[in-house]
Amino acid sequence: MHQNTDFSAIEKQAQRNERIRKVLTYVLLTFWAIIVLFPFYWMILTSVKSYSAYNSEYIPKLYTLSPTLQNYLDAFTAVSLGRYFLNTLIFTVVTTALMMVVTVFAAFAFARLKFKGKDLLFTLFLSLMMIPNELVIITNFVTITNAGLRNSYMGLILPSVTSVFYIYLLKENFEQIPEELYKAAKVDGTSDFKYLWKVMLPICQPTMVTIAILKVIECWNSYVWPRLITDDEAYFLVSNGIQEIRENGFGRENIPAMMAAVVVISIPLIVLFIIFHKKIMAGVSRGGTKG
Amino acid sequence: MDKNNSKAWLYLLPAMIFLGVFMIYPLFDVMIYSVEEGYNSASQTYFGIGPYNYNYVLRDPYFLQALKNTFILVVITVPLSTGIALLISVGLNSIVKLRDFFQTVFFLPYVTNTLAVGLVFMILFKKTPYSDGFANLLITAVGGTAVDFIDGPYWAKMFVMCFYTVWVVLPFKILILTSALASVNPDYYKAARVDGTSRLRIFTRITLPMISPMIFYLVITGFIGAFKAYSDVVAIFGTDLNAAGMNTIVGYVYDMLYGDSGGYPSFAAAAALILFAIVLTITCINLLISKKNTHYA
Repeated sequence: MHQNTDFSAIEKQAQRNERIRKVLTYVLLTFWAIIVLFPFYWMILTSVKSYSAYNSEYIPKLYTLSPTLQNYLDAFTAVSLGRYFLNTLIFTVVTTALMMVVTVFAAFAFARLKFKGKDLLFTLFLSLMMIPNELVIITNFVTITNAGLRNSYMGLILPSVTSVFYIYLLKENFEQIPEELYKAAKVDGTSDFKYLWKVMLPICQPTMVTIAILKVIECWNSYVWPRLITDDEAYFLVSNGIQEIRENGFGRENIPAMMAAVVVISIPLIVLFIIFHKKIMAGVSRGGTKG
Repeated sequence: MDKNNSKAWLYLLPAMIFLGVFMIYPLFDVMIYSVEEGYNSASQTYFGIGPYNYNYVLRDPYFLQALKNTFILVVITVPLSTGIALLISVGLNSIVKLRDFFQTVFFLPYVTNTLAVGLVFMILFKKTPYSDGFANLLITAVGGTAVDFIDGPYWAKMFVMCFYTVWVVLPFKILILTSALASVNPDYYKAARVDGTSRLRIFTRITLPMISPMIFYLVITGFIGAFKAYSDVVAIFGTDLNAAGMNTIVGYVYDMLYGDSGGYPSFAAAAALILFAIVLTITCINLLISKKNTHYA
């Protein structure tokens, strides 16, 4: 009898510990979620405050009772946000498209075709992954400047096209397709290109989509190269645009208008993320790097 | 066979051209730049070959400041972000309800524009004549005195820089660690539970060893990434990092190359190669340590 009550006490104690642990876990996770989300809340909140209301708040308020969309109008009229947006869109679409073509061809050659020196060449390709961007950007800057491609889409796009890692990723994926399919296609007289187009690409579509999305994110956020290669505002991308707005646009103190610009710039990727978050997260855990 | 051979090269041609022009050629070219003394980018002439550029860079106070800033950033953010990521991942792994929600939220910073969100951080931490800013609101609420985190003392600027860096790099680390934790075979845990092993012991004796390869992977990529810090810093302190005293090594390279103090590709090349040497050394040390301490299942 005595024994029995002891057990239930121990069990109760264990249950209580379990509950405390759970509560602590949720508190920790919620705390970090707030830290992650708070900057987003703040930028949206500030972007709908009017200029005068924002500047009269010595102690910043966590809410607003008179939201306005005036800042968004300012963002598109007072600075060339629309221009930056269009530039980034063109840059992102063309770079990603070119990258896909180059990557698919190279991955196909490495995965399916047989040629002399293939293994050696692939090893060399892989070793290129170790080369940091900072090292090659100096010469690229000189190359593009000498070619007269500063302040042009070509100059922005060309050095951003190749990605050794994506070639590797796609090659691995291509190799998972049974060799028999390729042989059968060959017997039927299908050309390599047609086989690649009609058989391999549809099978590897998920990987293709993942690679494309990761490249889009990379392009949309790229800052260093565009900054080096453009000083004409007509070719600024959003990252450079936001820096320009911060230093010269609106007047330094019009923070609500700046925040409106920041919201507009952030929306495309956040929408992309909400639609594809499973794919993006799976893709990044397979091969993205940042930080 | 021969036909196949030439066709393969044709498929590889675009990639080879791009990589050749924008990666392999620059790799050798940068080394040449770094030893050309007194290189003039206008006339494309130089006096001679020698280590002068390295000497100059290593004595430049701006470079030394950048070196110091970068090292402080690395030493603080790499262990901190890995530790927080581990804590959060363990938390995520132990819950069922809302797990997908939290996971998605935590990943959000990965897809946002660093420059844009950096501007929000700047505003949250900035103290202006009109307002102390949100961060100072919290500080004064708990009884502290307001500090200008953006133009104020060095430690305050460093704090913002580290805080933002951790904020930016955590999504990747949480994602990697959460999937590493999920892939640990549950039989080990069941066996330990049957033996009545305590939670702490389970964590240090089973979980940590099982995910140690991934932790080391994160530490190594974390070191490399933190040594290359630049855009995050620009996002907070603006493009003139030398004036803010918050320049990083990569920032120094770009300033030498282009901008107000630019036009010295030789100095930029020397600084970039010094950075590469540092990163390579640290990565090798990391790999040696990880070989000794990592348990591969």
